[in-house]
Amino acid sequence: MEKIFKKIFGKKEVAVETKKTPSVPLVQTTPLTDDQLKAVSGEIVQLSPPQFLIGCGQSVGIQRDHNEDTLFYLSSILADGVNDVPFGLCVIADGMGGHKNGEVASGVAARTAARTLITKIYAHLLEVNPDPMEESLQESIEKTVNDVQKTVIRYAPGGGTTLTLALMMGEQVTIAHVGDSRAYFIYPDGRIQRLTKDHSLVQRMIDLEEITEAEAQNHPQRNVLLKAIGQTDMIRPDLTTHQIPRSGHLMLCSDGLWGVVSETEIYRIVSSEADPALACKSMIEAANRYGGPDNISVILVKFLG
Amino acid sequence: MDSSKNKQETRQITQALEGNTGAFLQLVTGTILDERYQVQDVIGIGGMGSVYRARDLHFPNVIKLVAVKEMINQAPDPVVRQTIVQNFEREANILVTLNHPSIPKIYDFFTQGEKSYLVEEFINGRDLEAILKASPEPIREDQVILWAIELCDVLEFLHTHKPEPIIFRDIKPSNIMINQQNHVILVDFGIAKIFKTGQKGTMIGTEGYSPPEQYRGEATLQTDIYALGATMHHLLTHRDPRLEAPFSFADRPIHQINPSISADLEKIVNTALQYNPADRFASATDMKMALLTLAKRTGALPRAASASLVIEQQDVKPLWTFECEDEIRGAPTVDGGLLYVGSYDNNIYTLDATKGNFLWKFATKGGIVTKPQVVSGTVFFGSEDNRLYAVQAKTGKMMWDYATSGPIRCSPRTAEGHVFVGSDDGCLYAINMTTYQRSWAIKTEGPVRSSPFLTNDLLYFGSEANEFICADFRGTVKWRYFTKRGVTSSPVEVDGIVYFASQDANFYALDAKSGWVIWRFRMGKGSISSPSLSENQLFFGSADNYLYCVDKSSSREYWRFKCDHQVSGSPLIYKDSVYCGTANGSFYCIDCKNGRERWKFVTGGPITGTAVVNNDVIYIGSTDHKVYAFIA
Repeated sequence: MEKIFKKIFGKKEVAVETKKTPSVPLVQTTPLTDDQLKAVSGEIVQLSPPQFLIGCGQSVGIQRDHNEDTLFYLSSILADGVNDVPFGLCVIADGMGGHKNGEVASGVAARTAARTLITKIYAHLLEVNPDPMEESLQESIEKTVNDVQKTVIRYAPGGGTTLTLALMMGEQVTIAHVGDSRAYFIYPDGRIQRLTKDHSLVQRMIDLEEITEAEAQNHPQRNVLLKAIGQTDMIRPDLTTHQIPRSGHLMLCSDGLWGVVSETEIYRIVSSEADPALACKSMIEAANRYGGPDNISVILVKFLG
Repeated sequence: MDSSKNKQETRQITQALEGNTGAFLQLVTGTILDERYQVQDVIGIGGMGSVYRARDLHFPNVIKLVAVKEMINQAPDPVVRQTIVQNFEREANILVTLNHPSIPKIYDFFTQGEKSYLVEEFINGRDLEAILKASPEPIREDQVILWAIELCDVLEFLHTHKPEPIIFRDIKPSNIMINQQNHVILVDFGIAKIFKTGQKGTMIGTEGYSPPEQYRGEATLQTDIYALGATMHHLLTHRDPRLEAPFSFADRPIHQINPSISADLEKIVNTALQYNPADRFASATDMKMALLTLAKRTGALPRAASASLVIEQQDVKPLWTFECEDEIRGAPTVDGGLLYVGSYDNNIYTLDATKGNFLWKFATKGGIVTKPQVVSGTVFFGSEDNRLYAVQAKTGKMMWDYATSGPIRCSPRTAEGHVFVGSDDGCLYAINMTTYQRSWAIKTEGPVRSSPFLTNDLLYFGSEANEFICADFRGTVKWRYFTKRGVTSSPVEVDGIVYFASQDANFYALDAKSGWVIWRFRMGKGSISSPSLSENQLFFGSADNYLYCVDKSSSREYWRFKCDHQVSGSPLIYKDSVYCGTANGSFYCIDCKNGRERWKFVTGGPITGTAVVNNDVIYIGSTDHKVYAFIA
């Protein structure tokens, strides 16, 4: 019976009436180069269970004398053949403000975020008989960011920090974001997709068409943020959930990287280095080669399976 | 930095996390401060401490209440600690010199160890943020005008203060209290936040309400005017600017969200909200004059909200209509130029989709509320007589049927030679289309009216017994998610997330593999409406009368459209319009991008079904017994 059933159902396209999203308008495409093809075909590895390979890099840069960035990552898997749920958590916080409160702020933020999410969500995954979660994933993360906010105000008054975190579970990644650190998907075909929008004055001015992207790069107020942890009494992070791209990368970084190294170069480094930790090292070196004007932090996640 | 200090900070942080993260130790009821103020209750929590309601014991024979604002200074850095104390004292010093009915009086100031206290007039009332939260609707125009006039008055007072003008810098709903006499009191003068330019992160004020120049470190009189405009915009639209991009008020014209607001008031708010400070009112006095002029003209005093007379104009004419003998509660289906629709008169009707001519009908023994499904020349539909029918699409000849133990109110879906259909007997059935036998059934504790969504290897459906189920094609349940009320809405899965509405007033996005809730969206009431998706936009209706459009990855609301009654069917998306019917009989065509009404057609009875589109023609059934065809 089961055999027949399998035969009838199989893995074919299901012929049901579903609400199809409108088809994407036709775009002009060019054939992939050999390198791109190699990247695309070479990296499709079917792993069971699916896994995240994570690497990171950090540098004070060339022009600053101390580091105000904090990063954190955790990668874990629990597989029993029925529910294989890979779990990953990455956090980047870029501190700011005088009197040492910048570095304190980013440290407080990353620790609080990691600890709260590990307690709330990761520990829940390891429960033997878990009660259903009262909150949605996005609600839990939003509350976590609010806890982070309170803790930063308490321990680093006057200081502030960006906070960009990615929580990966199964096939979805949820991003919470405040400030101007960034998260990207890097696809094997060379596409780079920004998942976050900078909460900066220049970004807003670009949106309002007051200035252009090019003008933003050298704008005197390019460092002014519209939102930062520790700087307002209420914080609402941007929260989004995305399906993890198969055989692609997720990258989190502070402005010490994205402000200095071009997306093309980032793609070149990421696609040419199989080990994400070494790729991060190369990106840091590139940023420092271009002058290293700011602290640099980067976390690179490679998706396998 | 020396390492011992570093360690000290780390320990403090760890301690905070072990308890209630970030919470301050609050004073308990009965605590007496400075041998004079007896704490009664916590009335607010700020970033640096709590605000208490306390009784002044110097007046033993009467109850004199005061507000005691606490500031706990725990900054590890001595320079920062000093700055915080100075800021707090500065607030006290500003307040103590000011005398205006909209500014709280200050009575006392003292320090105990690392805590400082400011004793102020106790305001018996609620702040505008709480008022907005408690109100499901925007605030009435007349009310907003009256409050705004008082706010302009106090701003005028501050701005003309001698020797130097005082700029409040943080006008926002939570800093504006409304007392028992419905008068405005401005609270929280703790704005001794020093501007520095060029330095990262030095922004002051509240995101959403602050004008562009404030982010550049400039504060002028126009800064407060902008923030007042932003506050009025929030009151009049009920749209929280902190959830929107900064300086984006122009993208959300007031009349579009709240058509009851007069053009004159909108003009005043828009003037206050100009991007360029020079384009705003030159002073709070000017703004007050504009508001007073308007108030004089309109009568200012709260008018009884008289129901506006809406003249129903039927500008849109149907292409054709077809009348059955009883209500049409379900949705029609169009296939190969034919339209199939079930009616409560027990028949399934087949019409020529272009002209609406009757072709054939097939009678069951019960009403038909399900949407027919047409696959390879066969029409499948369920009936109140408990049966699933398979009928030849061209002729209406019965091919086979399958009996369940309860009425079928779930629209069937087909895949890989099987029909999947739920029944009020509590089962979801998989019925083989060649043997007419069931391959399996999944039992739930309540009627299954939600149509299953089928993917390559899994299927998803809801049950009236407060659950949502994911099963594989062998009928094995992979996971269940329990809601607080039934799930009638038919789910949609895309990119690994499954979306559906529940009667528990939540709209859910669950991880399709594990059933984890990724996000929830609160509606005003429950919903049985099935979602529709178009790129990143999710559309669904609700019994709270709204049609919602939210982002599928964040649940962020793009817009909501207020219909004249509850929306039960699934919204239909076609080109850049979305179509839905209401229990009032109205059929709406709404612009997908901004949620604005394009047209509306009123049928003779409630619409509970979903529209369908084919060849630029939209079809909808109504309980007035008719099927309507409209040009899209």
